[in-house]
Amino acid sequence: MTHDDQPPGPQRRVFLQQLCATAAGAVLGTVPFGAGLTVFFDPLRRPAAAGRAVRVASLDALPADGVPRRFPVVEARVDAWNRIPAVPVGAVYLRRRAGNQVEALSAICPHAGCMVNFVPALGRFQCPCHNSVFTTEGRIADPASPAPRGLDALEVSLRADNEIYVNYQRFAAGVAEKIPLA
Amino acid sequence: MSAVLDWLDQRTGLRQITRAALFENIPGGARWRYVWGSTVVFALGVQFLTGVFLWMGYSPSAQTAWESVFYLQEQTTGGWLLRGLHHYTAQVLPVLLVLHLLQVVVDGAYKAPREVNFWFGVVLAHLVLALSLTGYLLPWDQTGFWATRVSTNITGVVPVLGPAIQKLLVGGPDYGHLTLTRFFALHAGVLPATLVVLTVGHIYLFRRHGITAKEPRRRPDAAFWPDQVLRDAVACLAVLGAVLFLIVRHRLFSGHGPLGAELGAPANPAEPFDAARPEWYFLFLFQFLKLFPSGGEIWGAVIIPGLVIGVVFLMPLLGRWRLGHRFNVALAGALVAAAALLTYLAWDGDRRNPDYQRAVAAAERDAARVKTLALSPARIPVGGALELLRSDPLTQGPKLFADQCAACHRYAGTDGLGRRPAPAQAASDLQGFGSREWLALLLAPQGVASTNRFGATKLRGGKMVKFVTEKVAHYSPERMAALRKVIAAVSAEAQLKSQATADRRDAALIEEGRRLLRDETGCTDCHQFRQKDEDATAPDLTGYGSREWLIRFISDPAAPEFYGERNDRMPSFGRQQILTEQQIGLIADWLRGDWYEPAP
Repeated sequence: MTHDDQPPGPQRRVFLQQLCATAAGAVLGTVPFGAGLTVFFDPLRRPAAAGRAVRVASLDALPADGVPRRFPVVEARVDAWNRIPAVPVGAVYLRRRAGNQVEALSAICPHAGCMVNFVPALGRFQCPCHNSVFTTEGRIADPASPAPRGLDALEVSLRADNEIYVNYQRFAAGVAEKIPLA
Repeated sequence: MSAVLDWLDQRTGLRQITRAALFENIPGGARWRYVWGSTVVFALGVQFLTGVFLWMGYSPSAQTAWESVFYLQEQTTGGWLLRGLHHYTAQVLPVLLVLHLLQVVVDGAYKAPREVNFWFGVVLAHLVLALSLTGYLLPWDQTGFWATRVSTNITGVVPVLGPAIQKLLVGGPDYGHLTLTRFFALHAGVLPATLVVLTVGHIYLFRRHGITAKEPRRRPDAAFWPDQVLRDAVACLAVLGAVLFLIVRHRLFSGHGPLGAELGAPANPAEPFDAARPEWYFLFLFQFLKLFPSGGEIWGAVIIPGLVIGVVFLMPLLGRWRLGHRFNVALAGALVAAAALLTYLAWDGDRRNPDYQRAVAAAERDAARVKTLALSPARIPVGGALELLRSDPLTQGPKLFADQCAACHRYAGTDGLGRRPAPAQAASDLQGFGSREWLALLLAPQGVASTNRFGATKLRGGKMVKFVTEKVAHYSPERMAALRKVIAAVSAEAQLKSQATADRRDAALIEEGRRLLRDETGCTDCHQFRQKDEDATAPDLTGYGSREWLIRFISDPAAPEFYGERNDRMPSFGRQQILTEQQIGLIADWLRGDWYEPAP
């Protein structure tokens, strides 16, 4: 009979028991908690829908004086399990320039994401939340504005001479660069 | 590290708490029979943890409850596992509770001074059952919905306060948003909070009195940690293993079975659901209720179960006497045996009941179909997934056919749902209506007067039957070939999905068929085809079998362009407002085999 065949000493047995109990406890906790965390982190695995050109307005609806006007962006929206074929998903400011050129600005303030208003009396965009002020072109008008960049310009195209299509996108708030959300 | 612990210990007494928790004395050493309480605590812990994560994805309203559970289950990574853990742990819990209770009764662990703790336990068990009842409804699928209707209706039979309690539970006279918000608040708020408080009390009292050692003591005393903890942990692992097995069992055995908990079709209050059953651990009550005649439900649902629970409550007092303890053990055993027997009877009755089996199969078909539709590019409309089913020809067509058409017509020899109706077939079999095969039988001498075409109608003596039996029967091979072209031409009018390829391939032949139809076969003597004919006396062949033609036909077969006054018994489903236009459209689409199929 060799030494190895001896029953383990009480110390070693207790240690083994402690080890096994701890390991079992770890498994018992990890399985439900892990399943929960997997589900919790699911949104990180979902990319934002890519921007797509949508018809926003007709050129006729845009005043010729270069004053920006706000239009809703109506698009199909997927909200988790639902799909809504056409629903307002946001708003853009459109402005007509000389020679039927159209400019589109996102109505979302790049500072913290509030929706800006165009104030005709001032000829400026104003954010109702933290008082950022932007020119009609979307540049920061007042250096005291907390916004890190001007209003985000969006790609515009004119189809059939009259239909204004905008590539509606959202960008990261609070940073100086214009980073599309994806 | 130890300095930090010292700091914390001085302010919280952490070390003493840990010591008290871990080094509880186990008289007679650790034993397997003590594990049941710990497994219940573990199972409850799993329910809390998974429940909180499920909460993050659940939306309690009649139009979003099923939908959010579906999204979690089918479209969220790990959702099937999370929901499976919650669902099947709930299935295992009642078993663990019964084992825990049996061990306590058999070992006499309820005797003085542990009476109060026993009562805590009985109340806790009822809280767990209340959690099961409320949780069963939350997915808002057919099974949960109908089972909950039964259980809340039983509340309604309680004298005096019953109807008020029922209305308060349901949130109104009818089941809807408020039923879900109330059940959810109970399931995720009120009941778990009460459960935590009582569980803390239960464990505190258990620790206060210590474990009831099973005599004779086989070994010297030991500490809770690690001896008993290891046994407890192994038992909990076995519970977890069983739950995981239940989650994956279908996949294990079939390779493509569903993973995780079931999700039936969305709750539909407007349609009978013949597969309604409570959760399996309530089946014994369901079976017990069958023993009571109308008006006596209160005995089966309230009075007798109430008395039994009352006796269980009295067990610690009865247990003071030796005979009382024996009575308690016998009663506990008898109750478990009776519940097992009733459960078996319920299960066996269902197994032998072909109607129930068919209902289950139909429910599974609906559930699978609505999931296919919900995964289609159109996704789920804001009105909820039930709208998908309601506007789906594949599921609604056969139901409408069975209700409205199968008194006379057949579909593949059945009522559309696979049943063979009792009344004799009195009109044509409509499977493949408008297809070349269907028309070929209509134009075959041995087919036209068969029951599957005109044989059982008054048109049996009509011109069409005469034409086929007297003329077509003597056609030369060349004329038969011409007839086949005509059949292809008429069939092409239907624009059936199943024949799209053949119709494209045979375009020239079909064109030739149209010419023959107009000029040579004599069809247009009675039928009109692609041009107005005031003298036509038989159904219009323009667009024959197409969606639009079928809708017009079903709406009013007695219209001049169809059978006119020669119409036999067929009702004008649209004109007489027996069916809505949408319902007629569903029947037409189903007969034409036109419904959404996912791309392969």
